Amino acid sequence: MAQYLALTYTADINWYAPEHEAELTEYRVFGQQHAGSILAAAVLHPTSTATVVRVTGARGGDVVTTDGPYAETKEALTGYYLIEADDLDAAVKIAAEIPAAWGGAVELRPVLKAQ
Amino acid sequence: MNEADRLAETVRTEGTRILASLVRAVGDLQVAQDAVQEASIAALRDWPVKGVPSQPRVWLTVTARHKAIDMLRREGARADKEREAVDLKELSTSDLPPDSVVRDDQLRLIFTCCHPALAPEARVSLALKALCGLSTAQVAAVMLTGEAAMAKRLTRTKEKISKAKIPYRVPETADLPARLTAVCGVVHALYTSGHATFDVDPCAEAVRLGRLLCGLLPDEPMPAAVLALLLLTEARRPSRMDSSGEIVALAEQDRTAWDTALIAEGLTLLEKSLRRTEGVADPYQLQAAIAAEHARAPSYPDTDWPEIVRLYDLLLGVAPSPAARLARAVAVSETRGAAAGLAALEGIDPDPRWHAVRAELLARLGRFPEAVAAVDDSLRGEVAVQERTYRERQRARWATRL
Repeated sequence: MAQYLALTYTADINWYAPEHEAELTEYRVFGQQHAGSILAAAVLHPTSTATVVRVTGARGGDVVTTDGPYAETKEALTGYYLIEADDLDAAVKIAAEIPAAWGGAVELRPVLKAQ
Repeated sequence: MNEADRLAETVRTEGTRILASLVRAVGDLQVAQDAVQEASIAALRDWPVKGVPSQPRVWLTVTARHKAIDMLRREGARADKEREAVDLKELSTSDLPPDSVVRDDQLRLIFTCCHPALAPEARVSLALKALCGLSTAQVAAVMLTGEAAMAKRLTRTKEKISKAKIPYRVPETADLPARLTAVCGVVHALYTSGHATFDVDPCAEAVRLGRLLCGLLPDEPMPAAVLALLLLTEARRPSRMDSSGEIVALAEQDRTAWDTALIAEGLTLLEKSLRRTEGVADPYQLQAAIAAEHARAPSYPDTDWPEIVRLYDLLLGVAPSPAARLARAVAVSETRGAAAGLAALEGIDPDPRWHAVRAELLARLGRFPEAVAAVDDSLRGEVAVQERTYRERQRARWATRL
């Protein structure tokens, strides 16, 4: 078994706004159908609430915070699922069921195994 | 072929066959490839001196297995944890896997190397390396890049396969058509890349790969269609250039120089492929059918141009592309005249090839000033040197008639 982080990239929206209710329901249905493969999941607030943190120089240096996401893009990181699958083919099958896959894109990243 | 070449060819062919089974036993493409490479180097060093062993395949297999075990040992305990799948039993025998197992292993490796999760150039590069058995330097030459850059790309690709766990598996029946499209795409892209280097012919490598795929999946229509397309195109290669290396237009080609054996094989494969298809033909079948029309025609004027237009219409229905629309416009001009061909050009995004076709049609209508202007447009941008020479010669001919 391997683990993959499925990052959802979609329009940068407030998921709890009433107009997105139907979409959110689709995500809930996906979550229920694949509960056996999902180890963790989260929906993120819009990027307007994001803060970028950097420390200048080395550890202990000045903490510099800036407003907004790390990169401005049309599609933003809006959530993730940590999924478990036999291999990439199995992971792709699950990722293709995430509504973000047709509303935007899903990026599958294999998770490094703990040594 | 001299003795050294024959030896190298044996080592290369056997090497790709052995690699496929070794990948399964070791569970890692990089280790398997390094092991086969070391065994091949040993063979090319020892055999000319000590003589070729009575069973070269056994010798290479056992040597590669020993090298693989050494490498795994050197990697030590850490590797054991990551590699649950190492088949030590197979690695420690001198028995060859049965042919049916080797066939499955080869198929698995093909589907892995041509996995849609890999970038298209990465698929072609890895196929050349792992399935055709070319060296990294040779792959780099075909892909028009440096050896160091290619080595890096191949390593990155193999890393993705192992880290993202792209499986070594023949896809399930439901997924097979989509996955076969990716595999055939690699074979076709390799053929059309067409950059021959001093010691590698990408077209020959593509045909080799197409034959392997067709042999492994004899009942699938798509591999048969792509091989048919390659063979029917390959059959006309000898007449496509004259002795001085200049392009000869299809209308002027010496049809007696076409390879009739390849044409016959291509036609048989196409027929077999079409028989196995229900409903709509796939793009390779249609392109092969177009190539077959040309191959069957006794002369350029006797070509069944209306049928070719019809096939292009079908092709544009399943796989629209500017290149196919351009070729259709040429076929239209042969069916209904140059003016109709010019009309068919409208709405296609102009590129150098488009301007070149337009120039030919204008010249045929006697509109030489426009033809010269169009051919000038066709010479701007990236144009292969043979194409350039051909067009410049046409331009000179038309310029005298202004």
